[in-house]
Amino acid sequence: MASVNVIKPKARMSNSNILFLIAAVIFVLMYLFAIISYPGSFMQFQTFFDLFNLNAPLIIMTLGLCIVMIGGGIDISIGSVCGLVTMACAVFLESDKGNIGGAILISLGIGIAFGILQGYLISYLEIQPFIITLSGLFLAQGLLTTLHKDPINVTMPAFVRLRDFDIIITWLGTKNRLGVFIPCEIKPGTIIVVILLVLLASVMKWSRFGRNVYAVGGNSHSANMLGINVKKTIFLTYVISGLTAGLAGFVYIMTTGAGNVGNASGAEMKAIASAIIGGTLLNGGVGNLLGAPIGTLTLLVINELIRAAGVQSNFQAMVSGLLLYFFIVLQSIIMALRDKKGFRLALPSWLRLSNKG
Amino acid sequence: MSTMKKSFSHLFLPLSVMALLIIINLVKGADYFRITMVNGALYGNIPNILFGASELVILSIGMTLVTASSRGQDISIGESATITSAIFVQYVLQASEVTPLTIVVAFLLSCVGGLVLGAFNGTLVSIFKVQPMVASLILFTGGRSIAFMIDGKLSPILANDISNKIGTVIPGIPIQTPIILTVVFIVLIAVVFKTTNLRLYVETVGINPNAARLNGINPKKIIFLTFLIMGFCSAVAGFIAVNKAGRHDSVNLLKLIMMDAILAVAIGGNSLGGGKFSITGSIIGAYTIEMLNRTLLRLEIEPAMIKVFKAIFIIILMVVASPVARAYFTKVLDKVRSSNKRKESIPKDAHIPTTNIAVKKEE
Amino acid sequence: MKDISKSFPGVKALDSVDFKLRKGEIHALMGENGAGKSTLIKIITGVYEKDAGLITLQGEPIHFKTPQEAQDKGIGTVYQEIMLCSNLTVAENMFIGRSHGPVVNWKQMNEKAEQLLASLGIPASPMQELSSCSLAVQQMIAIARAVDMDCKILILDEPTSSLDEDEVHKLFELMRELKDRGVGIIFITHFLEQVYEISDRTTVLRNGKLVGEYETASLPQIELISKMLGNVLEDITKLKKHEPVVTDTSVPVFEGIGLSSVAGVRPFNFAIQKGEVNGFAGLLGSGRSESARAIFTADKVTGGEVKMKGKRVKIKTPLHAIKQGIGYLPEDRKGDGIIADLSVRDNIILTLQVLKGFFKPFSLKQAEEFADDYIEKLNIKTPTANTPIRSLSGGNQQKVILARWLLTHPEYLILDEPTRGIDVGTKVEIQKLVIQLANEGMSVTFISSEIGEMIRTCSRLIVMKDREIVGELRGTDLTENDVMNVIAKGGRNA
Repeated sequence: MASVNVIKPKARMSNSNILFLIAAVIFVLMYLFAIISYPGSFMQFQTFFDLFNLNAPLIIMTLGLCIVMIGGGIDISIGSVCGLVTMACAVFLESDKGNIGGAILISLGIGIAFGILQGYLISYLEIQPFIITLSGLFLAQGLLTTLHKDPINVTMPAFVRLRDFDIIITWLGTKNRLGVFIPCEIKPGTIIVVILLVLLASVMKWSRFGRNVYAVGGNSHSANMLGINVKKTIFLTYVISGLTAGLAGFVYIMTTGAGNVGNASGAEMKAIASAIIGGTLLNGGVGNLLGAPIGTLTLLVINELIRAAGVQSNFQAMVSGLLLYFFIVLQSIIMALRDKKGFRLALPSWLRLSNKG
Repeated sequence: MSTMKKSFSHLFLPLSVMALLIIINLVKGADYFRITMVNGALYGNIPNILFGASELVILSIGMTLVTASSRGQDISIGESATITSAIFVQYVLQASEVTPLTIVVAFLLSCVGGLVLGAFNGTLVSIFKVQPMVASLILFTGGRSIAFMIDGKLSPILANDISNKIGTVIPGIPIQTPIILTVVFIVLIAVVFKTTNLRLYVETVGINPNAARLNGINPKKIIFLTFLIMGFCSAVAGFIAVNKAGRHDSVNLLKLIMMDAILAVAIGGNSLGGGKFSITGSIIGAYTIEMLNRTLLRLEIEPAMIKVFKAIFIIILMVVASPVARAYFTKVLDKVRSSNKRKESIPKDAHIPTTNIAVKKEE
Repeated sequence: MKDISKSFPGVKALDSVDFKLRKGEIHALMGENGAGKSTLIKIITGVYEKDAGLITLQGEPIHFKTPQEAQDKGIGTVYQEIMLCSNLTVAENMFIGRSHGPVVNWKQMNEKAEQLLASLGIPASPMQELSSCSLAVQQMIAIARAVDMDCKILILDEPTSSLDEDEVHKLFELMRELKDRGVGIIFITHFLEQVYEISDRTTVLRNGKLVGEYETASLPQIELISKMLGNVLEDITKLKKHEPVVTDTSVPVFEGIGLSSVAGVRPFNFAIQKGEVNGFAGLLGSGRSESARAIFTADKVTGGEVKMKGKRVKIKTPLHAIKQGIGYLPEDRKGDGIIADLSVRDNIILTLQVLKGFFKPFSLKQAEEFADDYIEKLNIKTPTANTPIRSLSGGNQQKVILARWLLTHPEYLILDEPTRGIDVGTKVEIQKLVIQLANEGMSVTFISSEIGEMIRTCSRLIVMKDREIVGELRGTDLTENDVMNVIAKGGRNA
């Protein structure tokens, strides 16, 4: 029954991959620009590692958020949940029964609890995600201040050792002004980020669940007809998001060592911006998890550049906004051009990625 | 008559919430509705709610239109209001003498600012096809910084006689000025709806932009228009807020008010996914949220716990209003009542009556 | 052959309906819109739950709560709307949701997909994003998916609406092969010829009740139609066309010269006289709809000029076209036509309101008058004028859109597939309406994939092939054979 002369169209890159490519290219360009402009700070490897070390919680939250967004939803509670977890851990660790294992359990537990609650309300009761996660935000913030209003510095010895623990890379480093060689340090948080990134990216690419999330985000009605359990899929995306928020909380306190009411406040907006820069669209179905850290790092590098350029602190936000604007416009132009029939991005063949499906 | 019944059924949600809150308040203290005169103005729980919610009501109206046409939310409304009110303050402060005219001109300038900001968001959404939340993320991120720059890096104080009157009370009028301004604004919006096709166009665009275009409506223009209106709303809200506060704090003015505005739209029975909308619902929703905030205070709940209660309240509310819950309730009600569905009209014979259908219009 | 029988009595939209599908049988399910066909199918596939009755599969009673359950038991469905995810690849769409284990093996999946695509002759690559395939190809992929799932029962709901003749033949070959393998196929369609070509038995539903089950070959077409409608149908071939009066000095109502659009139509000239009904004939993909859309500027026009009644006018947007007196009933009723959540009344007055202007809304009374007038004139079945249009059946929705345009009293009305996906009764109404409008002086373009409809109503037929006009037929030349000939002989590759 094979018919003659069936013209196979050349498979073009998917939307998710193109957006990721844009994000990656821009990040590299920007980092190069940063190195050139401020070689003093950016040329060092430690700066690069510090981006991860100091911002691991944000990257972790963005990973979970990306999954929710690909499924077509949104979660604005993650920052507050993260903050709540830091305080909860701090309180726990400073109490008599405090131990690190328990703190980890508490972090994940709180995260999962929020994830289950919100996930259930959104997927099974079909309530708007924005409202539910907004309530989650209020709930987490309220519980945070109820738990403990003042900052707590965790002094438990085991924890302090964990906090100060660094993985030292002896063969990479810089000489400081006195000529002493200082090797690069990586904090455990960074390792967690890398592990989580590999894990979640694999899940989204190679697991049935991951592909279901893409399907549901693309067209939830069709996904239902295709036999996918849409409700369960959406539910699980929120559970994952809660989990990552909880994990981020633990990493946060592991890095800073203190529970504080202001921890991670405003992180959700940063995470959303990071996700978007990294190529995840807000309406779902499109996105690449590898883009999440890229987006976050891009955002951070932009902020660093602004600071290093000497822009006054009150105006930094304005410049951030401006750069965000250029980025969003660029993304939308490229997506619009793609939609027009017959548009092909004129990439040289060696740059064109092979289509791994 | 059937239109009347329909137009009230969708207000069921916000009204019942409000009723619930009133009951809770009455239980707490039967003098909930007591009104006294303080400093020449009405004072009491209800007037305070009306006073406090002024900005939120106006912003919710704008948010309703934006949501209905563009199927998304504008999260920069607080920042826009901060920028426009900064413009207002600057103009007033540079005037040697503050007259009513000064205030009017300053207000108009701030409205122009609001329209510009609305145009900024509107262009991104309608022409560049960016999601509203993403587009407004830009002003959300950078807006307060811009306002701070306009402020001249300070937190300027607005302490003239007229501002005071706008922010509180005009002597001789027992109702506080912000309440009056809000009412005027609502009336203005109602007039707009009566004299234009805004509702039809916005709903059509929100429900099916393709079909809208094929029927002669330009979706880009309508979406852009709703963002302009939102900008105007932000300017008015900022005007009220800064006159109430007496100073311009670019960091905290109307902070995070977009959350409450979106909440108001949702409580008002509107779909956050666009389409048909009800301004009345959003207005009631806004007052309901203010009532909720104040109820929690009045119940003397620990300040730390207020957010928790607010969250739980909203969650319960949304659960009850959810389509799944509603379907469940209707099933239960159907079993109780005997169904009395109207039957479809009996099909006539399959041929067209020979009346002249394409009669030329008598114009 | 073993009997697979299923009987389901009683449901609200279905009143004690029995239905039997035998193994290896192609069974057509027919009925007007609202007869209950989709409800029946949705119950079989687990989308709805029945209220009463018994369903058995190979003798065993079954009760599906979700589409997934039905799928697992071997019931495959291909819906009229493309129920796939356009952001996933072709291969993914074929295999997703089908319990293949927790891990996705891309290589294997792509290979299997490639085999399947090749065996069915579908022009697509497994790794391309579904959104980059045409609608017809997407439909075929949906069918390929169902075929691959080794179903015992395959339900095809209006599968041929977007397919051209070649593709329909391929589909039928496929169906026959499945039939030989013992699959029972339920085939829902409005194309009567196709029913007779492919089906073994036919079940007719009317108003939720079972009219009867028949052997297709022994049921004459007229009898089938009358069973669906419930009364003896007036012979539609007795319709008398309207021949416009054309003299040498007649100025066409509409004339387009060198029109081309972004949809890929080659620049074409088109003119229509007052009171003329013309049609566009051609295979799927020949550019009929695209030409109509170019006339109305539903797609962006890239070149050409337009004259109305001899005077040059500027028509660059649908609004311009509407103001010049052109109306357009779109092919995609759901996507381009109805405003789903708005009431029937709002849908009817919409375009006239736009014509009147942003600042001049109709009073409620005026709007009610307009709406009620056309609800009566066109016999639109709706509980009230306030009912949201999405509650109406397809045929009645179409009538509402028609009312919307008639209300604007256009000089020239373009109807693109007005009878697609609509019950036979309404189809006839619409054809009669077109002739009546022409009699009253309106120019009409009537596009239909059923050539017979166009031949009955049009005085002139423009034949298209591969996005350009290859011929024009009128008068005695206007027969189906002539159209076929022109298509075969015309064009660049003739």
